[in-house]
Formats: sequence, C-alpha cells, structure tokens
Amino acid sequence: MSEIPADLRYRDSHEWVRVEDDIAVVGISDHAQDAMGDLVFVELPEEGVVFAAGDEAGVVESVKAASDIYAPVSGEVVAVNEALEDEPELVNNEPYAGGWLFKIKMADSGELKEMLTADQYQEQIDSE
Amino acid sequence: MPYIPHTPDDVQAMLQAIGADSIEDLFDEIPAHLKAGHGLDALPEGRGEMAVTRLMAERAEQDRFALSFLGGGAYAHHIPAAVWEIATRGEFYTAYTPYQAEASQGTLQVIYEYQTLIARLTGMDVSNASVYDGASGLAEAVLMSLRANRKSKSRKVLVPDALNPRYRSACEAIVSNQDVELVSVPFCTDAGQTLVDSLSPFEGEDYAALVISQPNYFGSLEDVDALTDWAHANGMLVIAVTNPTSLAILTPPGEWGEQGADVVVGEGQPLGVPLSSGGPYFGFMACKKKHVRQMPGRIIGRTVDMEGKQGFTLTLQAREQHIRRSKATSNICTNQGLAMTAATIYVSLLGPDGLASVAGHCHANTQKLADKLCAIDGVERAFSAPVFHEVALTLPQDADTVLARLAEKDILGGLSLAKDYSMKNAILVNSTEVHTEGDLDLFAQALKEVLA
Amino acid sequence: MSNETTLIFQHSRPGRSATAQAPKPVSEDQLSAIPASLRRKNKPGLPEVGELEVVRHYTNLSTKNFAIDKQFYPLGSCTMKYNPRGANRAAMLPGFLNRHPLAPASHSQGYLACLYELQNFLKEVTGMKGVSLAPMAGAQGEFAGVAMIRAYHEARGDDARTEILIPEAAHGTNPATAVMCGYKVREVPVGKDGDVDLEALKEACGPQTAGLMMTNPSTCGVFERQIEAISKAVHDAGGLLYYDGANLNAILGKVRPGDMGFDVIHMNLHKTFATPHGGGGPGAGPVGVSQRLLDYLPTPMAGLDEEAGDYHWIDTDTLPTSIGHLSAFMGNAGVLLRAYFYAMVLGREGMIRVGEYSTLAANYLLKRLEAIGCQAAYPERRASHEFILTFAKQAKDNHVTALDIAKRLLDYNQHAPTIYFPLLVPECFLIEPTETETKEAMDDFIDAMAKILEEANTNPETVTEAPFTQPVRRLDEVKAAKELDLVWSE
Ligand SMILES: Cc1ncc(COP(=O)(O)O)c(C=O)c1O
Repeated sequence: MSEIPADLRYRDSHEWVRVEDDIAVVGISDHAQDAMGDLVFVELPEEGVVFAAGDEAGVVESVKAASDIYAPVSGEVVAVNEALEDEPELVNNEPYAGGWLFKIKMADSGELKEMLTADQYQEQIDSE
Repeated sequence: MPYIPHTPDDVQAMLQAIGADSIEDLFDEIPAHLKAGHGLDALPEGRGEMAVTRLMAERAEQDRFALSFLGGGAYAHHIPAAVWEIATRGEFYTAYTPYQAEASQGTLQVIYEYQTLIARLTGMDVSNASVYDGASGLAEAVLMSLRANRKSKSRKVLVPDALNPRYRSACEAIVSNQDVELVSVPFCTDAGQTLVDSLSPFEGEDYAALVISQPNYFGSLEDVDALTDWAHANGMLVIAVTNPTSLAILTPPGEWGEQGADVVVGEGQPLGVPLSSGGPYFGFMACKKKHVRQMPGRIIGRTVDMEGKQGFTLTLQAREQHIRRSKATSNICTNQGLAMTAATIYVSLLGPDGLASVAGHCHANTQKLADKLCAIDGVERAFSAPVFHEVALTLPQDADTVLARLAEKDILGGLSLAKDYSMKNAILVNSTEVHTEGDLDLFAQALKEVLA
Repeated sequence: MSNETTLIFQHSRPGRSATAQAPKPVSEDQLSAIPASLRRKNKPGLPEVGELEVVRHYTNLSTKNFAIDKQFYPLGSCTMKYNPRGANRAAMLPGFLNRHPLAPASHSQGYLACLYELQNFLKEVTGMKGVSLAPMAGAQGEFAGVAMIRAYHEARGDDARTEILIPEAAHGTNPATAVMCGYKVREVPVGKDGDVDLEALKEACGPQTAGLMMTNPSTCGVFERQIEAISKAVHDAGGLLYYDGANLNAILGKVRPGDMGFDVIHMNLHKTFATPHGGGGPGAGPVGVSQRLLDYLPTPMAGLDEEAGDYHWIDTDTLPTSIGHLSAFMGNAGVLLRAYFYAMVLGREGMIRVGEYSTLAANYLLKRLEAIGCQAAYPERRASHEFILTFAKQAKDNHVTALDIAKRLLDYNQHAPTIYFPLLVPECFLIEPTETETKEAMDDFIDAMAKILEEANTNPETVTEAPFTQPVRRLDEVKAAKELDLVWSE
C-alpha cells in the first residue's frame, strides 16, 4: 500500500503539490516512484522557466522506463532540487520529503482546486 | 525444402498437436479473397547453393577488376585476414542485439572495447555502439546538436560547402522533415579550405552548431582550431566529421581549439571494412560526457553482477525508441554491429603505431601521386592547402571524358568534381597504402596517354 | 565457454604489434607537408598486442555469446532463422568486395544485375509497384516510407496533415520514425482480441491524418482481420497506409501487402530474407510503394536499359522528386547480396513455404506450451508466425516474472524469447520459432519451459535468481546507469 499524505494535492499523472504560501512544491507520488522502480536519472527544468499548468516540465528515468513530469500549476520555476543530480534515489526513498523535484511560484492558486484530493487520487490508483 | 527441416511425419505430428487438418487451415483468419491467387508467377524457380553460387560468381567476375584511385568517403586498405575470419564466426555473425546480457557478454565486451577505441581516437569522453554510416551519422549529430545546445533556440546549422556532398545530401534528406535548415558556408577557391573569414557574415546570429570536416572533401586540412574557437565564441556547438585513419596522426577533435569539438562523427569503413560496393559500413559517433543523454543509438556500460563480478550491459536505454518511443533521441534500432566488431579487431591488430604508419603511407603515396600527375603538361593541383590522402587536380580537358577514357583502360582515375562543384576539369584522386610505386606510375602513364 | 574477462587494453605492452599487418613506418620527412599544429601530440591509447593475442582474445569473447548457430533463438519480432553460410560466401566474392561504391556502371554490371533482380523479386513478393533497396535497416525503411507519405501530401499542397496514427502495440521505431519525419503521433487502442479498435480508429481519422503505420500480422502475433476496413477508413480520410514489414515472414507467399491495400511498406531483409543480425546489425530495410508513391522512392536504385541490355543507376538527376539519399552510397550493399542469394535459392516455391512453415511451427509451439500450462494472451486466435504468452499469474502467485523465466531459460541453453514487448500485455513473452527449426528443437524448448513452470511453484529461487550457468549472473543495471562507465580507463 503506498502512502498518500492527506494534506497534498495530486494530478492524475501522479505529481503532488505542497503549498507553501504562494509557492507550490512539486514531486511524484509514492505510488509513482514504486511503479517506476529504482530511478537512475531525473531531468529538471531550469530556474526561471515559466510553465502553464500541464506543460512538460521534466523526466524521471529508471532502467527500463522514462516518464514525463508535468507542471501541476502555472507559474515560474523558482527552485529545483539539485541534490537529485547525484542522488536520484531520493525520489524513491523519500518521495514527499527530500525527493521533491522543483518549486513553482504560482500564478493562479485557483488551479489547485482543479487537482485531486488524496481520496480522489487513491480512488484513481485503485481503478488503474 | 531449402532450410526447412521437416519430414512429412513431422508435419503430420505438428498438425495433429494443433488440431488442424492442413497447413492451409492455419490461415483461416485471413479473408479468403486476400489470399494469393497470384501465385508469385513472376518469380524464378528455386535453385540449390551450387547453382546460385555459380551465378553470383559469374556476376562478381563481371565487375571487372580495375586499378582504383577512387575515394570520396570510401577507401581501399589492407584488411588483415584475421579480421573477417573472426567477425564472421557464427557466435558474432548470428547473434541478435545483446538484450539478454548474460548470454551476450562476448558482443557486449567487444562494444565496450570499441567505444573505448573510438573515444581514444577522437579524444572524446564517450562513444555509442555505431550508427548506419558516416552520412546518416552526420544527420544524427545535427539533430543531436539541436537538443544539446541549450543556449540556442535555432533550428539552423552551418555546413561547409567543402563537406562531402554525399554527406550533405543524405543529411538534408534526413533532417529537412523536421524543419532543420543547413546553411552553406563557402570555401576559399584558392586554398580549398573553409576560412574563418568566410564565417563573419554569420557572426551574432543564432545557429545551433557548426560542422567542421577534417579533412574536407578535397582532402584539404582545415584550420580546425580557429574554426572551433570561432563556433564556441558564437554560442554554437562543433560537430566534427573526420576520417578515422587520419586520427592516428592528426589532432583529435577533442583537442581542437580551446575546448575541443562537442560531437564527432565519421565513416568507420577505413578501419577494416571492405569497400563492398558501399556497405555495410558503420558510422562512428562520440561526444563529450555532458551530452551523452542526447546521443542516439545503443551504449554499453561496464558494471558488476550480483556476485560482484565485472560484466557489461546496455545502458542509458531511456534515450532509445523501445522505451522512449516518440520522444526517443532517434528511431535507430538495428545498427552496424558486425562492421563495428571488425573495426575493433582491425584496430587491435594495428595498434597506435600500425595505424599511424597506414595513415602516413596514405599521405605519402597521395603526395607522390600528385607529384607524378602534376608532372604531366596541364595537370595541376586545384588548391594550395595541405592534404591528408586525397587531392583535387585540374586537368587540361573535360574531367568526365578523361575519366571515362581511363576507365576503358581499367583505371578508375578519381572522381569528377564537375557535377557537385561545377569544376568541369577537376578530379579528386586518392591513394592509400595498398598502392605500389608501380601502380602510381601506371596511372601517370595512362593519364599522359589519355591527355596526349 | 571461456573465462576471458580481461580487456584487450589490459593485454597491451608498449612496442608490441601485429607486425605482419602494418606497412613500415614513414619518415617524418614524408609527413612534412602537414602543418605541425594539425598533428597529434600524443599517440592514441590503442592496444599494443600481437596477432595471436588478438585472435585468441576475440575468439574467446565470441564463445560467450548465444547465437543461432549454437542455440534455438525464438526472439519474437526478430525472425531468427538460419543464416545460410552460402550467402556469406557469395557476398564476400572478391569482385563484389573490392568494388568501390562510386565505380562507374561499366565496372558494376554484375552487381547492378543482382540488385535489379532483387528489386523485382521483392516487388512481386509484396505486390508493390516499385522497390528501392537504399534504406539500411527497418527503422530507416520506416523513415523512407513516412518521408514519402509526407512528400506525397506536400506535392498535392495538402499541408494540413500533421498526424500519424499508430496502434498502441506498435514497435517503438514506429512512433520515433513519425516524429523524425516531423509528424505528431496519435496512438490507436487495440482490443482484447489483438485487433485494432476499429471504432476508435475511425474516430481518430480526419483531415489531419497523414497516414497509419501498422504491422500485419500485428505485434500481438495475430493477423489483423479488419485490415480492409482499416484501409478504407484511413484512405477515406485521405491518409496513406504504411506497412511495417517486420512480420512479413508470417504471410510470405500467402498474402501480399500490396493486395491488402498498403501504399508503402518496408521489409527487414535481416529477418525475412535470412541475413544475419551480427550482434546488433547490419540489416537492410528496402521499401516498396504503390503507384502513387513511385516518384518519391529513395535513391540510388538499379535500372535496366532493356534494349542495350545493360544496367545503370537511377539517381536524383533522373528522379528529382525522390526523397533523396539516406546514406553516402548504396545502403548496406553486402546485406542485399546475401538476401539476393537467399531469394534465388528459395525461388517461387520456397517463398510460399516460408509463410506456411513458420506459421506451422508457431501454432505447434503455442498449442504444446498451452498444454503444459502456459497462458496465451489471445487463446481464441490462431498464431501467426509468432504468439504471445503472459505470465501475469506466475508474477502474482509466485513472484516469478517474465524476466525471471527468460533468465532461467538461458540455464537450459535456450535463448529467451522477446520479453515485455508489446507493452500492452503484462509479463509477456513474444515467441517466434521460424521455419528453420526442427520439431525436436522446439520440443526441447517446451521441456525446458515445463521444468521452469514446475520450479516456479516448487523452488522459485532457482528461477528468480537465474541464470547460474552463464559467464555472469544478473547484472546491476542501476549501477550501470547511475555510475556511467562507458569507456575503459587504466
Ligand atoms: C515490429 C518491428 N518494427 C520495426 C523494427 C525495426 O527494425 P530495425 O531494427 O531493422 O531498424 C523491428 C525490429 O527491431 C520490429 O520488430
């Protein structure tokens, strides 16, 4: 059973968002990291890039798969998790903590309402 | 039944296990009106190995022997007998791509050794396991440079006119579908070189990369340091196109200018692969480590097994089509593995000194040939730049006519530059270590007669 | 099997070399025309070894490979049939081997004759109107095909077509190719019976459709029964139909892609025409086209002047609408000669037998494997020349995956089938025995599978930790990808 913290919002493509004031911290869910297996590489966006919600923002790679990461909300990338360059396994080991991917300064926090709650996300996984 | 081993009893037993009455029943899901009816009537009857071998031997015989001085991207070299005797061992010849690593350590280790050889010859950090040939390899390098040059938004790449025109046209055919534009850089018609001066019109504009060919199509050696530094100063990557034999004695692209080239490609054929009418050859491709995730094609890595023992495996597969599909770095799947295997054996046999003396003989013979031919009235070097193992000459008469008359004497006296460069009277000649002094004299004598 | 694990570089000793092979060194004087600034400063770190050591090293390495010449090699989608030795000898005849690719036609009549006849042979076998032998592998054949589709639409000023449709079960080269040709990819779902979801396809077709790429039999190992309806849907929308010929072996002599309505196809001669895979290549991927794409075929091609009776090259100067050259010269010429040999040995009857006996072998193997407890992915369907098994049950019940079973097969001296392709079927094997294997060879494979299924129940570790008998155990691929070691350093 994978962990799905109740205080986060989710996208159906398995990204999560944690809101810290007007900043959205983005990562991938425990379920997603488990399905991917050991990550060997994470490609992150550059700081300063501006995304619309749903834009391709990065890639996570395991030995046998690669999966696109989409920006869950619109806004400018203000930080990326540089530790992942050497330790992509952080995403496997602590997907909701040290394994975060990047932070977006939200242009429209209303978009969060469009995202799935923990319960809704759980339902989606169950139906897969 | 050629290559089908079944006896009538086998066939019966198999049909019985399936529960079918006839082989035809097995095709019952195919709509009836689609099935044959045509009977393949235009095809010949099958023949045994003896008859087909004889037919092909006669055909091969028909391709008359000629004393050849053709180059243009494919070069005659001595190939040690061991190279193809080993490469065509069934274990190499009839294996598939090494997807099951534990059962493919032979092929995998050969590729790892090959990657090392190419990296060392080119002075680069990493190499892939080959692409189809030099020309398509250039197309891959151009596409790669668009991905790798993060600072540039351009879909344009600068390509010298002095690049092999066959590379140019294949590259164009491959990249043009993605709206990539190859922009021409003229060469100096006195020197036969691409001068930094001729690049000044492009300064301050956004191009993803500059292609540098060393040697260029005319055999001329370019001032690669200056060209490389110019490209880097203008925010472009450098794609080097080189001849692998020459790299035994010439500065490797990894050491060009201040920072070295970013991507290196070339035709691997000179390394132990026969001329064989144009293929199978292999394209080699190497790059700086920071660009490795943008490289197309297979890559092998050294690792350990669960007991800690050294082993080799495909790696960085997330770049490739079988995983990344529409977002892969290229559609390439099958590559040129066997030719690459032959090249690995060839380079191991020659070693650094052997390869350097092959390169040295190519150069020395070409110089000698040029001198002998230029001693004929009206024959001159077309350009002033120093050359590696190919040289452009102007003749006092129409090149195509002269070459045709030489061919009648079974001498293939070079390639005409008329069509590609509108140099009606110019030819491109090559000599390698396979030519004796007598061969060079024969050519000179024949040319003299034809021109007389 | 050899234990050779040292690299050729580790055999190196300064000053050693295969002295019979290289010419004597030239003097510095003879190199004086090359400016010093362009000369290499240090000699490259290539191995310095004697001839016997090289021969021994690579001979020993070769013994660590599985190969058709040694083992049953039922790799689905790859058609690992016997590669006739006679084809190799014929292609390596000195007349062919020493011919320079730019030699004039006067010195190439024999070679051109072989190519011309091969073109015609492939035309007849596939029912297409024209064939070019230029592409160097299946994927490049795909590229040529889709580039021709693009050229066709462009020539008609029909530039709204931006999409290529591809069934979700397709090989990865299909979507990768479409993108290389500047198209967007739209995937079409595949139904439970392995056929394309026709309704979904019809919905996906429209004025933006440039074409559809598909294999038939499909990558699900079954014949696509609605092929005519598919063809109609795509053609009605103004798109063209591309045939990925990787599975041509199944229908050779039975159904011709041209008769099924395909506009353009590629063939994998390294599959269907028995040329070797060489540990990864080379192959050859000729393309065939219907009437409306004839003008766009890639060059060069072989032509015949029937009156004079001599052969010539057809190039872009006589076919300016061609999509052009895909290589510097004439593709993988030596592979084409091997395929020509095979075609001539088999001839008409032989071609027809290929489809029949490869299909017989696959259906036999499928039925026998089902009888020992393997689960077919499409149990209601006939196998084509290949079929899919799924081990989802073993994965769930015993934690034994398709990968584990594949590795264990190696211990039984059987090469594993293709695994995890198509992605659509969980824990799958794609198995293709080919027409050149004996019944006994297939029976041995069945026995091995029976033992492994038993082991999966009684002693799963022997499967999940396999192989035990190979030069190496399972490799740490995560380490390989994270700590990149791609070239040797001393
Ligand atoms: C279904 C299918 N399509 C296309 C290809 C690509 O062919 P190639 O590897 O010759 O490029 C393959 C083989 O690998 C295949 O199995």
